[in-house]
Amino acid sequence: MSAILLQGAGAATSLSPFNSIDSSKLVAPSRSSLSVRSKRYIVAGSDGTNKSFGSSSLVARRSEPLIPNAVATKADTAASSTSSKPGHELLLFEALQEGLEEEMDRDPHVCVMGEDVGHYGGSYKVTKGLADKFGDLRVLDTPICENAFTGMGIGAAMIGLRPVIEGMNMGFLLLAFNQISNNCGMLHYTSGGQFTIPVVIRGPGGVGRQLGAEHSQRLESYFQSIPGIQMVACSTPYNAKGLMKAAIRSENPVILFEHVLLYNLKETIPDEEYICNLEEAEMVRPGEHITILTYSRMRYHVMQAAKTLVNKGYDPEVIDIRSLKPFDLYTIGNSVKKTHRVLIVEECMRTGGIGASLTAAINENFHDYLDAPVMCLSSQDVPTPYAGTLEEWTVVQPAQIVTAVEQLCQGTGRVKQRGGTESEASEKEREKERKISMAAITSAVIAIAGIILGWITIELACKPCLESGREAIDRSLNPDYDPDDQDVDTSSDVRSPLIPNHPPDNSDPDPSTAIKSV
Amino acid sequence: MATAFAPTKLTATVPLHGSQENRLLLPIRLAPSSSSFLGSTRSLTVNSSRRLNHSNATRRSPVVAVQEVVKEKQSTNNSLLITKEEGLELYEDMILGRSFEDMCAQMYYRGKMFGFVHLYNGQEAVSTGFIKLLTKSDSVVSTYRDHVHALSKGVSARAVMSELFGKVTGCCRGQGGSMHMFSKEHNMLGGFAFIGEGIPVATGAAFSSKYRREVLKQDCEDVTVAFFGDGTCNNGQFYECLNMAALYKLPIIFVVENNLWAIGMSHLRATSDPEIWKKGPAFGMPGVHVDGMDVLKVREVAKEAVTRARRGEGPTLVECETYRFRGHSLADPDELRDAAEKAKYAARDPIAALKKYLIENKLAKEAELKSIEKKIDELVEEAVEFADASPQPGRSQLLENVFADPKGFGIGPDGRYRCEDPKFTEGTAQV
Repeated sequence: MSAILLQGAGAATSLSPFNSIDSSKLVAPSRSSLSVRSKRYIVAGSDGTNKSFGSSSLVARRSEPLIPNAVATKADTAASSTSSKPGHELLLFEALQEGLEEEMDRDPHVCVMGEDVGHYGGSYKVTKGLADKFGDLRVLDTPICENAFTGMGIGAAMIGLRPVIEGMNMGFLLLAFNQISNNCGMLHYTSGGQFTIPVVIRGPGGVGRQLGAEHSQRLESYFQSIPGIQMVACSTPYNAKGLMKAAIRSENPVILFEHVLLYNLKETIPDEEYICNLEEAEMVRPGEHITILTYSRMRYHVMQAAKTLVNKGYDPEVIDIRSLKPFDLYTIGNSVKKTHRVLIVEECMRTGGIGASLTAAINENFHDYLDAPVMCLSSQDVPTPYAGTLEEWTVVQPAQIVTAVEQLCQGTGRVKQRGGTESEASEKEREKERKISMAAITSAVIAIAGIILGWITIELACKPCLESGREAIDRSLNPDYDPDDQDVDTSSDVRSPLIPNHPPDNSDPDPSTAIKSV
Repeated sequence: MATAFAPTKLTATVPLHGSQENRLLLPIRLAPSSSSFLGSTRSLTVNSSRRLNHSNATRRSPVVAVQEVVKEKQSTNNSLLITKEEGLELYEDMILGRSFEDMCAQMYYRGKMFGFVHLYNGQEAVSTGFIKLLTKSDSVVSTYRDHVHALSKGVSARAVMSELFGKVTGCCRGQGGSMHMFSKEHNMLGGFAFIGEGIPVATGAAFSSKYRREVLKQDCEDVTVAFFGDGTCNNGQFYECLNMAALYKLPIIFVVENNLWAIGMSHLRATSDPEIWKKGPAFGMPGVHVDGMDVLKVREVAKEAVTRARRGEGPTLVECETYRFRGHSLADPDELRDAAEKAKYAARDPIAALKKYLIENKLAKEAELKSIEKKIDELVEEAVEFADASPQPGRSQLLENVFADPKGFGIGPDGRYRCEDPKFTEGTAQV
């Protein structure tokens, strides 16, 4: 195997880690009051300058309570809410070591095997000091034979041990695929439930700082179809320790994905013992407008983008899904039902990654609640290049996340500027309705006016005809009308002689006139 | 005496000369006073035995010829290799293996079992020779040709037959099939479909033994025996495990059932150096070659290897030259193998050989052996009847056993774990 880049134990990484925003500060109810919203901005603003964003350590959160999980488990909330002690600060790899050491103290069947885990202390120092404490057999330095020592761990687990198998880099576990798929995942089933395989397979993966294509792999996408295994990804010292302990205690085989760039994150974790539930997701930042689902290192890119989004007036809800297989559909579902928009940000390749499966699961289960198609930001389907610029372009960067959120949220006029609330949206809808009814009324009025004018025109133009017509109708409808009556109207008497005043002449000398008089 | 077990008759596959010995026998971290071990690198005759015994002390070689030990035993105490009880036990076990496999073939062609079925006819000496020396807590790991290993280890014929029929009463509830015979009770760790993938599991079981002894400080002398074939010996997992087993001195015995054929690929065509036992010393463990058609020889070698492992002296590689009388599987037409070769090995049928030995050495009578055969026939018939009468798995079994902790199916949209859904136990829940 080629050389592994070592991270110095004390050196802070150049990645600026972003802690989860303390949800207690953002507890302001999401009702439509604009004043409340602006108050929220002020709070966020002050946070932005002081503590939560942009600092290279999470030390400043020392006195604040830790984020409880979205779906509260007894162990988690008990630890964080009843914590009276200040807790202790450590780096993520130390948190993993602490979890591992505590479990090894607790159960003598827990052992570690892997390359350079013993005398060397682990290539990322997760097992530092354990070989001195527990001996060379409990912290076993194996030869370079991933398939064989993974299988050896599985065989040992069948007979009662609880091995923690380390892959020096997750990519090396490709050589152990036979054992992980056929034996680790399936032996419990093919043996009819007779043998359990309580192994934990862990190691660093993901895209680092110019580590090259083969050392920058995301194996969660290859392993996700294997039945019978669980996969979890840690992202903070708190959940790293909690997940490590839970994975060791679980009777199922668990693959714990760590990230090369997150080992030097610093956080204060409780002194009390706690575990994180393997199947649950973690609510990082509650919000209203859009659900952003992410895990591992991308969580920090999302939180960096969230700062920009908040300044632009958006309110993203960020969930670290943590459990890559199976998905916590309850936490995810509740969020989708609230925000109706989903953006997935992951480091896997676009094809066949965790995001692809998650998109399918959300579409299948929560289709009715979506106002826009689920968008998934993944790494490019390319081998990770060595050159820094190219490498940067293969993974999702915060600017892309911001653009994606803006794109998704512009669908129905939601939240374009500062102060956008839900009531504004409904007001606009009402205005629209009013406009529609106005148009209808106008057309009606015009139609009626047209009819009236037409009538008047006809009346004027055809007056005599209409009049005689009307009289005729009246006559025919009048039962007392006698057409022989003359004295009704002399001026219009049609039977009166044409010369009206002509008297009759008696002295007519002409005897030819035959006037008969009797 | 001119029996098949005459000490001078050694299968002639190791024509080595003295000059090569030193090169091949690497000094291993063994005390010079370690008992003579079986499996020489030289072809031995009666004369050379004296030379070997003399040079043993100086060379500190842990490997000795098989026949030497046999000869030694016979010359020292003039008794037979086995007692009557042991002989009958061995005979019964081999007859069980043979009858069971023959019945499997019948049932397959009658449509009672499906898929890939790999039969063990002809190789019974290896299984019986090794497994009858183990205790219940010792582990056995096998390949897809695992029916007889399971039977020898103690899994009942009923359970194996039911598993082959795919019934609920099978040893793996019908979920494994022919290639996945598991038994927690008898420490039969499978049954693996891909060649070589069982060897790391066996190494892990042996590691677990050592761990118990040295870390948990328990009294644990359990050994693991891994069976696999000649084809597997060209696979990386084999070599990786030889290395780790020798490195950590694990209590494991690697048994190569070299039947010269990997489906249709002759071992000689596939391997640069066909002598597999030689690969043991390359990793720092003894490599032994033994006639796998001879159950008593196998047993002698096995005794030594198992004792070595129990004492904490580390692994052993045993190559058993054997032969399968049938094809690779019931789907294999078996056209490539030469009829003469088949005839040659058929003449060395391990069951016939043991029968002859028992009768000639007056350990058993014909009638006793016949009664054993009859008993086994009845047992196998009864197993078939049992399997026939057993129910098929119900739908409810579909989702069980995928996870030891069914919470692994996750949380559904309604907030409950999927396994809490009442339809989960019916096997119809959405997971």
